[in-house]
Amino acid sequence: MSDLGELYQSVILDHNRHPRNCGPLADADGEAEGYNPLCGDRLRVWVRFGDGDVIEAVNFEGTGCAISQASASLMTTAIRGRTRSEALELFDRFHALVAGEEGDRPAGLGKLAVFAGVRAYPSRVKCASLAWHALRSALASPST
Amino acid sequence: MPATDVAAPLWASAPGTRLPHDVERVRRDFPLLGLRPDGRPLVYLDSAATSQKPQAVIDATAEFYATANANIHRGVYRLSERATALYEGARATVARFLNAPRAEDIIFTRSTTEAINLVAQSFLRPRLAPGDEILVTEMEHHSNIVPWQLVAAERGAVLRAAPVSDRGELDLAALERMLTERTRLVALAQVSNALGTVNPVREVVLAAHRRGIPVLVDGAQAAPHLVADIQALGPDFFACSGHKLFGPTGIGVLYGRADLLDAMPPWQGGGDMIASVSFERSTWAAVPAKFEAGTPNIAGAVGLGAAVDYLATLDAGAVRRYEAELLAYATERVAGVPGVRLVGTAAEKASIVSFVMDGVHPHDIATILDADSICIRAGHHCAQPLMARLGVGATARASFALYSTRDEVDALAAGLERVRRVMGR
Repeated sequence: MSDLGELYQSVILDHNRHPRNCGPLADADGEAEGYNPLCGDRLRVWVRFGDGDVIEAVNFEGTGCAISQASASLMTTAIRGRTRSEALELFDRFHALVAGEEGDRPAGLGKLAVFAGVRAYPSRVKCASLAWHALRSALASPST
Repeated sequence: MPATDVAAPLWASAPGTRLPHDVERVRRDFPLLGLRPDGRPLVYLDSAATSQKPQAVIDATAEFYATANANIHRGVYRLSERATALYEGARATVARFLNAPRAEDIIFTRSTTEAINLVAQSFLRPRLAPGDEILVTEMEHHSNIVPWQLVAAERGAVLRAAPVSDRGELDLAALERMLTERTRLVALAQVSNALGTVNPVREVVLAAHRRGIPVLVDGAQAAPHLVADIQALGPDFFACSGHKLFGPTGIGVLYGRADLLDAMPPWQGGGDMIASVSFERSTWAAVPAKFEAGTPNIAGAVGLGAAVDYLATLDAGAVRRYEAELLAYATERVAGVPGVRLVGTAAEKASIVSFVMDGVHPHDIATILDADSICIRAGHHCAQPLMARLGVGATARASFALYSTRDEVDALAAGLERVRRVMGR
């Protein structure tokens, strides 16, 4: 059993207790729901674009475990100011971080690297990636 | 649990003997319970999901493959005859355990789920007309909801659900009011898998039968606690699973009233379920073979028979008293952890403590407990309508069996204190 501290790091606990960018976003250009049928957890992600392709704001709202709530919260802070293609590229790197092969630690993730501990808990990978899948759908939704 | 007094005539305690249940001796019969992951005892509190298996079941299954394996019913050689005798012997053993009138009333299925689907497709579907009603309760497992939804959608019938109180108790009066001239079946759990509530099944059966309505009882969570008694409860159908009853996975049981089973068409076609086959027409074997198309899970049935034989070595009354005391202790210890709220506080309960903790999601509770090798379940327990009714997205659930101990309850309570520390609560 891995050390619990690897999973429940203080950054994760902080974002779980005080989620950033939480609640519906006015004038969203795209939104999507993430749903995990295994646990019944649901969350919604909204995105709004500023100049051109730059994501001006990302919000989320939903219920879930500390991992999924903190992941959603940290995602919103990491995505803001990025272009759509940069956001999708970050999705791939985050996914490699939580679900990739051992020893494969993608760089350039900043604070998101706190989720590296998730890969030791296969049943929790979906929790960490739920918001990211919703984001990808929101970026692909027709209004954007 | 007063409801238990009707059950298990097989092993009612002899008058005057009130020997306690020897849980330490029983634990030695279950090899998995001796595992020590990370050098500490495994604390298995997920028996409502699946039970552990006694050595007798593991041995019987291996012994079958090593010494008796052959296909059943059609072989004329002695090995096949022996396999047939073991398979049919298991049927008779299970019938006695559940107090079914006759061994032939027992059909082996893959699971409780398959048993319910069999009744939905073979019994109910041909009888459903548009506007007809099927009545379940708000506390059903998805397996006692979705099979009825499928046939209701196909036939234009309506699935209704009798209400459950905030404490997780069935509103019997409301259920009775929902029995109409359009009700074609009532289906309910004897024991709720999510909350542990013991339902007044006998009263439901009587109320439905007064109106000529058949009843299916989902006994998956009742049978392992030795409270399932078909003749005392009187349902038309009763379903349970082998793997929750200390037997193998992949074997389930459907009891059906003989006259209903006789009149029902086959569910699946294949070998073993026919009397004769030609390209013009086929005729069906008698019950139960009519409902057991193809080679069944022979070793699974033998293993289930061994599980029931194992249970017969225990004193059922002592087991029920022991489990009731353990549940009371667990309820007190879990409720005593600051920030914990019990979900499901019915007066009649069996071996399940479902709860939530302030500010901590059940999945985090389960992950943190697992660091101490404490296995509990977290989530919606395949009862999403019940979770919605009770206003919780998910709960944490500790469930107990006849091998669970007070030490394990203490480990759970200590683990929940650790959850609070880790999560900063």
